Amino acid sequence: MATKLMATKLMAAETRAKRPIRWHVGVFLAPAVLVYTAFMILPLFGTLQLSLFRNIEQSQVFVGFSNFRTLFGDPNWSVNFWNALRNNVWFFIIHMMVQNPIGILLAALLSSPRLRFTAFYRTAIFVPTVLSFVIVGFAWKLILSPIWGVAPHLMDFVGLKSFFTPWLGKEQYALTALSLVSVWQFVGIPMMLIYAALLSIPDEVIEAAECDGVTGMAQFWKIKLPLILPSIGIISILTFVGNFNAFDLIYTAQGALAGPNYSTDILGTFLYRAFFGFQLQVGDPNMGAAIATIMFLIILAGVCVYLFLVQTRLRRYQF
Amino acid sequence: MSTATRSLPRALGAHAILLTYTAIALFPVILVVMNSFKSRAGIFGAPLTPPTPKTFDLIGYTTVFGQGDFFHYFQNSLVVTVASLFFVLLFGAMAAFALSEYRFRGNTMMGLYLALGIMIPIRLGTVAILQLMVATGLVNTLTALILVYTAQGLPLAIFILSEFMKQVSDDLKNAGRIDGLSEYTIFFRLVLPLVRPSMATVAVFTMIPIWNDLWFPLILAPSEQTKTVTLGAQLFLGQFVTNWNAILAALSLAILPVLILYVIFSRQLIRGITSGAVK
Amino acid sequence: MTTKLLTALLLGTSILGTTGMALAEDVTLNIESWRGDDLTIWKDKLIPAFEAKNPGIKVVFAPSAPTEYDAALGAKLAAGSAGDLITCRPFDKSLELFKKGNLADLTSLPGMENFSPVAKSAWQTDDGKSSFCVPMASVIHGFIYNKDAFDKLGLKVPTTRDEFFAVLDKIKADGTYIPMAMGTKDLWEAATMGYQNIGPNYWKGEEGRAALIKGEQKLTDPQWVEPFKELAKWKPYLGDGFEAQTYPDSQNLFTLGRAAIYPAGSWEIGLFNTQAQFKMGAFPPPVEKAGDTCYISDHTDIGMGLNAASKHQEEAKKFLSWVASPDFATIYANALPGFFSLNSSPVKMEDPLAQEFVSWRGKCKSTIRSTYQILSRGTPNLENETWVESANVINGTDTPEAAAKKLQDGLDSWYKPAK
Repeated sequence: MATKLMATKLMAAETRAKRPIRWHVGVFLAPAVLVYTAFMILPLFGTLQLSLFRNIEQSQVFVGFSNFRTLFGDPNWSVNFWNALRNNVWFFIIHMMVQNPIGILLAALLSSPRLRFTAFYRTAIFVPTVLSFVIVGFAWKLILSPIWGVAPHLMDFVGLKSFFTPWLGKEQYALTALSLVSVWQFVGIPMMLIYAALLSIPDEVIEAAECDGVTGMAQFWKIKLPLILPSIGIISILTFVGNFNAFDLIYTAQGALAGPNYSTDILGTFLYRAFFGFQLQVGDPNMGAAIATIMFLIILAGVCVYLFLVQTRLRRYQF
Repeated sequence: MSTATRSLPRALGAHAILLTYTAIALFPVILVVMNSFKSRAGIFGAPLTPPTPKTFDLIGYTTVFGQGDFFHYFQNSLVVTVASLFFVLLFGAMAAFALSEYRFRGNTMMGLYLALGIMIPIRLGTVAILQLMVATGLVNTLTALILVYTAQGLPLAIFILSEFMKQVSDDLKNAGRIDGLSEYTIFFRLVLPLVRPSMATVAVFTMIPIWNDLWFPLILAPSEQTKTVTLGAQLFLGQFVTNWNAILAALSLAILPVLILYVIFSRQLIRGITSGAVK
Repeated sequence: MTTKLLTALLLGTSILGTTGMALAEDVTLNIESWRGDDLTIWKDKLIPAFEAKNPGIKVVFAPSAPTEYDAALGAKLAAGSAGDLITCRPFDKSLELFKKGNLADLTSLPGMENFSPVAKSAWQTDDGKSSFCVPMASVIHGFIYNKDAFDKLGLKVPTTRDEFFAVLDKIKADGTYIPMAMGTKDLWEAATMGYQNIGPNYWKGEEGRAALIKGEQKLTDPQWVEPFKELAKWKPYLGDGFEAQTYPDSQNLFTLGRAAIYPAGSWEIGLFNTQAQFKMGAFPPPVEKAGDTCYISDHTDIGMGLNAASKHQEEAKKFLSWVASPDFATIYANALPGFFSLNSSPVKMEDPLAQEFVSWRGKCKSTIRSTYQILSRGTPNLENETWVESANVINGTDTPEAAAKKLQDGLDSWYKPAK
């Protein structure tokens, strides 16, 4: 690590010596950095620093880490927090185990040569992804509703009617059901990314493999999969970040209290209730900021694992 | 050859899987659109049958069109989405290029800094953002939304694009430099065309949350002139929770434009992916 | 500092925005509200009535969805972009806004004298010295029933609990109708239409509510646990899959004529009148035995306040005085049957169902929802927890006793009643 840093520094020093000021680097970076800093970073840190304060008699008083002590020490907060975190982990596991394998499978099928109608499939399967949470949450609520009866009807067709239960209303199923709805919505993203990666594998590589008699499944596992690993890495980290920031689907389908009995509460909904309040509960920006800070740290940890452990080990292929 | 004999069942299998999944993906959408053309009794009585002359009813649409100017909302959404998309792609690609191409002091730090935004929901900064917009008189303008969405889309765009830009061959760029091209020309003429497929991917990623966002239109631009289609639909849902005719019609109206846009855009996207892929 | 610099930078770009300068002479007042349902009534009836009398003032009703209202309003108030007039939730939510200085003091507003102290209590400081919202309406809980169904099955309107369950049994035995349309998916239905609806008869309305606030009674006392026990008994009478049944589902079940009884709030009247194809009646929550005093939840639900940062204080006050007038009360109560005016001067209502509801005010003692005043100030929030636990009790996740204990423990963790 240290030597690498040194090397970079040396190299930087070297280049600096050669070309004193490289204005173009600044020009390339400036617009993004400015807009991003002004409308994202400053407001966000303005909020996060609230976690170190508390509202006492209508003025913000610095209290150090006391809000965090409350969050982890006071059972009124900590029970809900751990519950939300547990649910969130389960939400993430389902995405990794269901969404990404399905996405890879679909992409692999789509990219098989000489397959017809691929454009149609590709377009159709990506459709749910372009729909808003408002629509997705609402449509699935209707479908799974025992009153409207679409789901029981459909299950009757295949003789599974007895397996129907009001999933969204049952503590043991609601979260899994919603995770699967979320998978349904977002499976297009891994599919597209993997598809693009598969397409960009040079023909020569495939041809060489075929000459060696490596075809079909073996070809996928031995040749293509290693080549798309970087994309799978990106997808995993995007899924991680997306899942731990998720909020909208649960909110539109189950409401801010994430019922039944908080069984679908994830960090996003927990944060929303704390920060903005809900119904008679008055919002508490300070505790909300504390939760947001923890979420931020969790995600940061995940991204660091990816950046420093996974990504550096993946070989990058230049075509 | 043996591949020819083996490929038929394999192709059939592939089609079977893809068709099944397509059905799963489209079913809810078809269900909503189909039922939006039915009478209340039809919706509840037989949700799975397409509208028949007996159950066909446009009452939902009449209600929706009587309520708000959905066409205008749609225009607003389009302006916001396209403008934000443009800035995200342009600024994002430029920054990603700087990060992946040049070694400068603080490169890694800058990369991390720009990735921070992926990790916290921007919703948390709402109050500060709103204060900023109020102070500058941008409340209830589409400009406010565009600025926020550009900021929101940048981190992910830079994150993905710099990943792809690292894959662009150095030889090509160096050849350009030897030919005396400026860094700007190298970026716009040589690199950008090569990363087109990833640009298309980023475009889709950026577009969806912007189009579908409910929060910032609600906070920053809730006025009648600046309402977006998602906000319009949500308000409508709140207003007619029990009127399923109207709700299904509103949902269909919110779905269809995106679908059409997506189908048009998807061709570009695929063309981008296939033609851009360097072979 | 940085913000200022940014502001300066951005001012330049603001030319791009179309801020739409209002015409010099006309003042426009914006109303923030969660009542999207009332949009047409405001647009077509209330606002024209006001504007006709007050030339030069334009009023715009700008609702947002109920679920986002509080969060969005909070952000807008903090940033200073909220509307001039603010629709007030009862009790602490508005009190908090007043304490933060977001709502102006309206104690001396002309027209406030039209309201009784009880009506004003939902929008006053704890000492009752300052008022900050004009009371608009209250809602009454009870049961709405399908008259045609009752006639067909030869059922009599129940007045005692035993009769109530006998009626439910008969409907269930007959099988044509689902006895009761209620779901637990949205949680609040169970708490508001269930617990708060039947509860006052057990805890004796105001008496119990005040004792709870003073700390003389506990939620684990029998009069607070019994309503949960009754709720638990409702379970077999609810429709299939009630666990995933949402509030609109319940409404549709009833108005489509598939359910016989609907545990209701009076606000449903307007919608049900337009959607139901059968005759409807209403009865108050049944009492234990005939002749017992009955208690109803007559909950102060909606008021209107003045944004302290509004640039048009005078005009806004003019509007609020009008909201406090009998004129407004008459239009409002008739346009929205089931939202009962809190104005002291009696309002004539045309709707028979609304008349039925309001007639209970004469027979029964009124109270408000037990969790609203003071008790939902801390964490965990008693109102939210009551939602969750009411649903849990009906779903069978918690026993009535366990639910009550959870609520009391949560309350004890932060609430110290004044001795």
